[in-house]
Amino acid sequence: MTEHPTKLVYFAWVRERIGRAEEDVALPAEVETVSDLLQWLKGRGEEYENALQYPDVIRVAIDHEHVEHRERLAGAREIALFPPMTGG
Amino acid sequence: MPASFQPDIRIQREDFDVNAEIARLSEGRADIGAVVTFSGLCRDEAGALSALELEHYPGMAEAEISRIAAEAIERWPLLGLTAIHRFGKIAPGENIVLVVAASSHRQAAFEAANFLMDYLKSRAPFWKKEHRVDGSTGGWVDAKEADDQAAARWKSR
Repeated sequence: MTEHPTKLVYFAWVRERIGRAEEDVALPAEVETVSDLLQWLKGRGEEYENALQYPDVIRVAIDHEHVEHRERLAGAREIALFPPMTGG
Repeated sequence: MPASFQPDIRIQREDFDVNAEIARLSEGRADIGAVVTFSGLCRDEAGALSALELEHYPGMAEAEISRIAAEAIERWPLLGLTAIHRFGKIAPGENIVLVVAASSHRQAAFEAANFLMDYLKSRAPFWKKEHRVDGSTGGWVDAKEADDQAAARWKSR
């Protein structure tokens, strides 16, 4: 499905632990949901494992909108991973 | 119902002037009877903090606050609504966020400003990092359960 590269963007301590602000990835076909994505990313190296150790706390947005972890990724152009927000 | 209008949403590094923002909403109008403003400022945490660094998600920050503002306009009979959120390094005593809600009567303005702040705190993509007076980085501010609960209480109304 998602053969085209997907842009991943990271913020706050997720960005710091992964060690980059963004990257383009080619998602394998079996990565269908946000949960799948978090699991798949965890397997990409120690820094990802460290950032995504507790996937439940990671908030995700697809194309600038908040989504639940069960959300499907199909058609996503930009997926953002970040900790709970602390603005205001 | 009042005519619909576009809320004024700004994400900026620069400071804002509360009085100027009130005037921008209300000047030359005779239909506004109530203006409620909320300003959020940077605390020094009993002298320990030298600055807060606010990171944001450009594009989504505007989009998310616009969605929250649109919901406020739908729920209350507002005549004007402004939300400004700063990013970058902010020193204790400086402004971080401003909400201005205008209506014919006070209740709608109070409630809409309160609603906007509650949702903004738990849903607008901003993150605070502490810089300490001793030169160390205090780390990222933890999200508070109380802020999620504050936002959730609007759902039961």
